[in-house]
Amino acid sequence: MSKMTLTTEGDRHILVTRRFAASPEAVYRAHTDPALIQKWLLGPDGWTMPSCEIDPRPGGSFRYEWANDKGAGFHLTGEFEALEPFSRIVHVERMFLPDRTPDNHVETRFEPDGSGTLMTMRMTLPDEATRKAMLSTGMEHGMEASYARLETMI
Amino acid sequence: MPHASPARLDAAFLALADPTRRAILTRLTHGEATVMELAEPFAMSQPAVSRHLKVLEGAGLITRRAEGTRRHCRLSKAGVESIDQWLGLLRRALEANYDRLDEVLAGMDKPEDPK
Repeated sequence: MSKMTLTTEGDRHILVTRRFAASPEAVYRAHTDPALIQKWLLGPDGWTMPSCEIDPRPGGSFRYEWANDKGAGFHLTGEFEALEPFSRIVHVERMFLPDRTPDNHVETRFEPDGSGTLMTMRMTLPDEATRKAMLSTGMEHGMEASYARLETMI
Repeated sequence: MPHASPARLDAAFLALADPTRRAILTRLTHGEATVMELAEPFAMSQPAVSRHLKVLEGAGLITRRAEGTRRHCRLSKAGVESIDQWLGLLRRALEANYDRLDEVLAGMDKPEDPK
């Protein structure tokens, strides 16, 4: 039994929904308070988030850093485009693996649902034109070295 | 528990986190291709594409074979459904996150500073 749904819309969108037994205010705070984010935004088991910096204002930026017990790590940076307490967050983010991946645009909505909250997250993945533009801006040089590092990491 | 080891899942997850590598896998669903053919739509050098292919191979998503001077790449059995697999891994990572968030929220609901 899973409370979460994950569906794709075309080639570029991923839609995630999840219900929580807490108010939209609490769920929203858990998405914007660094001490709370560090407790749950960890992905697969075995990873921790040693560093979480976040400036939850429109135009503010954030940086999350993950590490595992084997000494591997990566980070993510992003900027907030819109923050509407306690109903909506729009942000853009990209990972550094350690190379910068193209930007992902994410809109997260929190709606009252009975005594809880329905969260809807819509991710917009980069299109091919974006990927090509990134690859033609001279990133390639740095990429080769960092892919070599990634190979030793995984 | 899934039969794949956690290390393997991490490798596949990181390999598929990169959109270029997902695009390479999508291209390979149309059939085997040489490194040169794969490099062409991405305006990348062959060595740069080879790096991506090495990551994909290391994650078990593609296999490579040499034929004369050419190297042919094809999706491995595990890579055939790899875009779905990436979504599956994303789903699993998000589910793990939100299960932890349930606990965080349960803790928050306890009034810490009763008025």
